[in-house]
Amino acid sequence: MSAAASTAAPGRTGPRRFAGSRAFRRRRAMVGLLLVSPALAFVGVFFLAPFVLMIWMSLHKWPLLGHTSWAGLSNYAAMGNDPMFWRSLAFTVEYTLIITPILIVVGFGLAWLIRERRRGVGFFRTVYFMPYVIGFAAASYLWVWFLNPGVGLFDKTLQALGLTSSPVQWFSSRTLALFAVVLMIVWKVVGFTMLLFMSGLQGIPDDVQEAAQTDGAGRWATLWRVTLPLLRRTIALTVILAIVGSMLAFDQFYIMTNGGPNNQTVTIVYWIYDSSFVNFQLGYGAAMSVVLTVILVLITSVQLYLLRDQT
Amino acid sequence: MATATAADPGRRSLAPRRRQSELRRAMPAVAWWAICGLIALMFLFPLAMLALTVIKSPGEAAASPPYYIPHHVSLENFKEIGNTGSGIIQYVLNSALVSLGTVVGSVIVATLGGYGFARYRFRGRTALFVVALMTMMVPFQALLTPMYSVLVFLHLQNSLLGLTLVYITFQMPFALFVMRNAFAEVPQEIEDAAAMDGASTLSTLMRVMVPVAKPAIATVALFAFFSAWNEFLAALIFLSDQTNFTLPVFLTTLVTGHLGAINWGVLEAGVVVTIVPCLIIFLLLQRYYVRGLVSGAVR
Repeated sequence: MSAAASTAAPGRTGPRRFAGSRAFRRRRAMVGLLLVSPALAFVGVFFLAPFVLMIWMSLHKWPLLGHTSWAGLSNYAAMGNDPMFWRSLAFTVEYTLIITPILIVVGFGLAWLIRERRRGVGFFRTVYFMPYVIGFAAASYLWVWFLNPGVGLFDKTLQALGLTSSPVQWFSSRTLALFAVVLMIVWKVVGFTMLLFMSGLQGIPDDVQEAAQTDGAGRWATLWRVTLPLLRRTIALTVILAIVGSMLAFDQFYIMTNGGPNNQTVTIVYWIYDSSFVNFQLGYGAAMSVVLTVILVLITSVQLYLLRDQT
Repeated sequence: MATATAADPGRRSLAPRRRQSELRRAMPAVAWWAICGLIALMFLFPLAMLALTVIKSPGEAAASPPYYIPHHVSLENFKEIGNTGSGIIQYVLNSALVSLGTVVGSVIVATLGGYGFARYRFRGRTALFVVALMTMMVPFQALLTPMYSVLVFLHLQNSLLGLTLVYITFQMPFALFVMRNAFAEVPQEIEDAAAMDGASTLSTLMRVMVPVAKPAIATVALFAFFSAWNEFLAALIFLSDQTNFTLPVFLTTLVTGHLGAINWGVLEAGVVVTIVPCLIIFLLLQRYYVRGLVSGAVR
């Protein structure tokens, strides 16, 4: 610091005087590289290295301990004959197809309700969004208790409201277990969807909607013909985020359903986890990770394509 | 950043009160309050029930069928979780250590990197920035298996430091993006003036740039905190020693009897200890958090 001060201080014309010189530019480039090097080191060691290693591992038989051996593409071929791979992939897609439209519709509805200034609106916004800051693991354990037919207060409340006559065994069947997880996830994350729609709605000037209504469009026509088309970018964004998030679901199923009953609610990340760290087939886990990565990169590319002219 | 103000119109909007809006015409105040209030009740219900149950005695908390209001208020569940495993204090410390480490690490690394990418020209700048952002496209869930091998190689498996380094990496794309944009918005003249006064690179960054970029730093710090505090899968894989568990992983040890003998009161006390810090921080700093979410997602 003092060295820089002593070279720049006299005359107070400062670095501008050197701005064009080659030495100055080279020094700036060095400083720039130095500044970004810690970030690059993190990305290199904990992202690029594992990324390359993932591909390498997927081509090997790779136990947790002991030595590894070349396996060519046999890990990839093994997926074709692994019913759990297909079942978990199909279940993850099913879960994604169920949760995405619910998040969009409920999120939009909430955003529509609370998008403008009104007495009390800040309170409602905060409350609807609040569960989003709770972690998936803690939220899952909260609902494990809440939905427990013996000690949980959810079933008791359903009975008190006359909706069911006896406690529901939520995790005894595939359908009910899936429903329970969807309920918990909507509670936890719909506030985020709401927030995105809220900022989307606020980006539409009121005049646009008023103009449509002055021209004789009804409320529904305004929604379908004016508001939703103007929100298509927000809708695309929320759809992509919901899809990516759901395709990577793990915590809620690991904790709430434990993959059961009968392994019917095992997601793809769950199966990768089991293969790698329960069955210790790290090579096979890596091969499935490569496939999952390809799927998600394709989805994310669509996202970037749809949002390309923003910012 | 235009979205930032849009998300928070109450604060900055200078527009005069508008005529009756569409929503107001569609829904009078009483109906609006009733509907919003009912929905709010549904969102708050699980949390309220949790709060009511955790202050029951362990016996009452495990009563079947359950009841809403505790007959006796008791802190027994919290006392018991203090003696579970290595004691809840240990797990809170582990989580706090990892989270604060992630916050400090992400802020420092992203501030330096964001400044470098925003203000310095060097060969490969764009390519390197794109590589750093690409981290975002590959889900970290897919990389955990090889990441585990990298940690073993570095002798950082089953270590809170190793976990923290991984979490900092998870934060990098978002944090770098936010910091670079924040620094890019600072007028060049301000920086030039500091340089003319003879300030070095670091002191320009610290005395001139960082104060202007404080909101962005708050956003980066909050995101780092929430994601590190709540992260489950990587911690589950990388930590094998129970004394090293973070809170979410510690919770799994409370239901080991799976569907057998779960101590419900203790489990709920664990859930409360895990979620309360998040709720408090969110309620205090939601402005920064919400702005970051919107600008980060809309990107």
